[in-house]
Amino acid sequence: MHNDWCPGCGDFGIVSAMQMALAEMGLPRHRTVLFSGIGCSGKTSHFVNVYGIHTLHGRVLTFAQGAKLANPGLTVLAAGGDGDGLGIGAGHFVAAGRRNVDMTYIIFDNGVYGLTKGQASPTLKLGEKTKSLPSPNTNYAVNPIGLAVASGFTFVARGYAYDVRHLKDLIVAAVRHRGLAFLDVLQPCPTYNDINTRDWYAGAGCGPEQGGEGEREAAARHSRIYKLEDTDYDPEVHFSEESEVNARLSQALVKSLEWGDRIPTGVFYRNEIITPYEGRITDAIPNYAENPPAAQRIAGPGLTGTEPSTDVSALLDSLEI
Amino acid sequence: MGTDVSWLIGGPQGSGVESAANIFSRVCASVGYSVYGKREFYSNIKGEHSYFAVRVADRIIRSNVSGVTVMVSYDAETIFRHAIDMAQGGDVLYDSALDDVSTGDVRTLDGPFRARLEERLSSAGRPCTVPGALAEAAAAGASVVPVQFGALLERLAEEAGNPRLKGMKRMFNVLGVSLSLGLMRAPRGPLEDAIGAIFAKKPQVAELNKLAARIAYGRGEEIDSPCGPLAGAEKATRTMLVQGHQGTAIGKMVCGCRMQPYYPITPASDESVYLESNQILSVRGHRPGSSLVVQTEDEICAIGMAIGGALAGARSATCTSGPGFSLMAEMLGWAGINEVPLVVTLYQRSGPSTGLPTRHGQDDLLFAVHAGHGEFPRMVYASGDVEESFYDTGRCFNYAEKYQLPVIHMMDKLIASSVTTCPRFDPSRVSVRRGKLLREVPPTEGGYRRFARAEDGVSPRSVLGLENGIFWNTGDESDERGHITEDPVVRAEMMDKRLMKEGRILEEVPKEEQVASYGVRGHTVVCWGSAKGPALDAISMLKEEDGVDVGLVQVKLLWPFPAALLGSLLEDASVIIDVEANQTGQLGALMRQGLGRDPDHYISKYTGRAITCTELLGALRRIVSGKAGKREVLVHGA
Repeated sequence: MHNDWCPGCGDFGIVSAMQMALAEMGLPRHRTVLFSGIGCSGKTSHFVNVYGIHTLHGRVLTFAQGAKLANPGLTVLAAGGDGDGLGIGAGHFVAAGRRNVDMTYIIFDNGVYGLTKGQASPTLKLGEKTKSLPSPNTNYAVNPIGLAVASGFTFVARGYAYDVRHLKDLIVAAVRHRGLAFLDVLQPCPTYNDINTRDWYAGAGCGPEQGGEGEREAAARHSRIYKLEDTDYDPEVHFSEESEVNARLSQALVKSLEWGDRIPTGVFYRNEIITPYEGRITDAIPNYAENPPAAQRIAGPGLTGTEPSTDVSALLDSLEI
Repeated sequence: MGTDVSWLIGGPQGSGVESAANIFSRVCASVGYSVYGKREFYSNIKGEHSYFAVRVADRIIRSNVSGVTVMVSYDAETIFRHAIDMAQGGDVLYDSALDDVSTGDVRTLDGPFRARLEERLSSAGRPCTVPGALAEAAAAGASVVPVQFGALLERLAEEAGNPRLKGMKRMFNVLGVSLSLGLMRAPRGPLEDAIGAIFAKKPQVAELNKLAARIAYGRGEEIDSPCGPLAGAEKATRTMLVQGHQGTAIGKMVCGCRMQPYYPITPASDESVYLESNQILSVRGHRPGSSLVVQTEDEICAIGMAIGGALAGARSATCTSGPGFSLMAEMLGWAGINEVPLVVTLYQRSGPSTGLPTRHGQDDLLFAVHAGHGEFPRMVYASGDVEESFYDTGRCFNYAEKYQLPVIHMMDKLIASSVTTCPRFDPSRVSVRRGKLLREVPPTEGGYRRFARAEDGVSPRSVLGLENGIFWNTGDESDERGHITEDPVVRAEMMDKRLMKEGRILEEVPKEEQVASYGVRGHTVVCWGSAKGPALDAISMLKEEDGVDVGLVQVKLLWPFPAALLGSLLEDASVIIDVEANQTGQLGALMRQGLGRDPDHYISKYTGRAITCTELLGALRRIVSGKAGKREVLVHGA
């Protein structure tokens, strides 16, 4: 299937980074599933040669979690837009964070609803008026990193669509993370977002002679964006104590508020100490990992027999009178 | 005339009405009676009026009757609500300490009911008090038996050597049920056995309750009563006493449903909770299996997860009621266009919106048939009772996989909240047929095509994780591989591919699985779902009591609608009578659309209460004798 994104779309960088990450990890194609939501980013699953499930607006995480829980041997990635995941799908976003199923969720964050011609999305800042808005945005923006941290995602990071190599590294780290990983990818929409453009991210408007320290730094870097790993920021929860966890959570939340002249990318928060949801299932179903729903023998004899294999006689005995 | 007792216990929600009814049902079932009970309750946790009406007979019964033979009341509200429904020759056992209570003292007696009751009592010249309401029962020919529940507690305290028990009003439920069993001279042994079984996990509580039961039973025996004796009946072999949600739950275990995400909703969640409580499954000759039950954040996630599980190859379902099903509609279409085998168990209740959240209704037939935008194939299949629902569950999963589509299994609140005897479920009558599910995919040039053109509209189905089996799905129209297309020719081909399944279903599903005929006569009842129970009982009463033979046809496959089959079955019926628990007659609408034949009469009930066989019998009598209008509306029940 040919790719029909607009020329110069940030989505190209993201899909390239995904492909590079999957290739680097050497995951078998047939053990990998890419779920996607609705919108421009929703088409991503058609552009990668692994199982691709293009779902419904806002609902991508529901399908993805179901598949992963039925067959935990799969590597599951979910992708969608900011409107998809943080607007209509925000309830699922929060609930997925609480659950912490071992998979990766990537949001293509461009501040607009592209496929419906540029309405304001939940990440567009208050008062901004992108190209096709009749009037400036009347809502405050949601903070994706902050929301992920508050919801319980155990790996929270941000990438930039035009820094493909860095984004690839983040995707690899997210997929390898044991638990639910969230990746907020800043993705310029060249057609409808004429504020947060590629040039804007590259520091347009910031000059060495201008304003404060942030602007001068951005001008020197030729980018508003900087990498947390280039600073002394440590996202990792190192030991299982409430004070440690709270310190890392609040640090990530504070860091997520930086915007404008200095936009951090990289890993904001990582906690591998928390057991993924699959571990909690195993507490109730001891052989869940070896014998998950999709692998179970439900009939016999042999693979194609039609006699039910489940023996409910004890239950029926208990109901007999 | 053999035994046919209608027993009722009521009390504030949380006072043990259900435990008492379980004890009564177990006792009666264990001595060989056929039992049919249903629970009525408010959308409330504690305090509002709930009651359990249990009918017991020495022949198979499938519904409740109007009129109570034995009523157990330890609170005034039960008397106010049900004394006016006593049958001639019945007994009201009540706590004489309630004699001073008037209607105005009962906070939970809602305005409209109180007004109707007070008007009735006043016009009969009676006070609006417990004795006034009891006088109505007496006027109907019932005996009113005052019992000092407090005195029974005092004796219990004395015999147990624990003075604190004097104030233990929580024991009223066990005292009440035991009193009534004593009154009806039921065998004592099964009573203590039932208490032992119900309190199996709390031996001390069981012992105390047994002592209370002995005391109350003895008091009951002192009462002269025409009701009973419940000496016992010939016991059918291998009988179970089951609750409404157990048919679909055990059906899911047996047929291999291994994944059930759900969101809590009355009356559907009992099924999921039961599945989870019994989630480790014994599997013959293999390691243990399990049902993965996930409580989700909403019904949209529930069905989304179930679809994800189905894509991964697990038999998957979700279980909900009307409001939840409304939220699932968009997902249903996704499953339809992507040909996902999925079962949605839909326990209906009264709508619209929140409606009567804990009450019965068959309101959602047409919604199930039409839910979701666009045109896609689906099956809507309805069970008539708990026993059927066990076998139907296996069928629904087989249909879902054979035809690769969503199947909506219609149940309802009446079935969900019923407790009934039925023959032990026979898992050997269930088969697991997975259709064109691929276990492996040979490598082919050009790769696997999930939606490859197929003569029967059904393509071989790969699942996530299968080598060479990679496919794409999309809610957009797609080509054979599952990639988006807007090509007009492919679009039309894909629409035809999917929708041809409905025709094949009507051709291939055995006729007896589509429609259950209990005989077609000049006058024939058509029904679906739980209306089957009262309909079967009413037509057998009509035959026994009046010698009038009325036919009955129960439609099980509601979509695709078996119009041709039903039309030919009903050829010899000159008068068709549609019986449904809804306002508009939704099966009738499908008949008008599919058969071009409008049922001659509609018997409808939409009070949120189940149809009793007694009121249905009345309506049928009016129809058979030519005294009925087009529409007969039933209203019995508190």
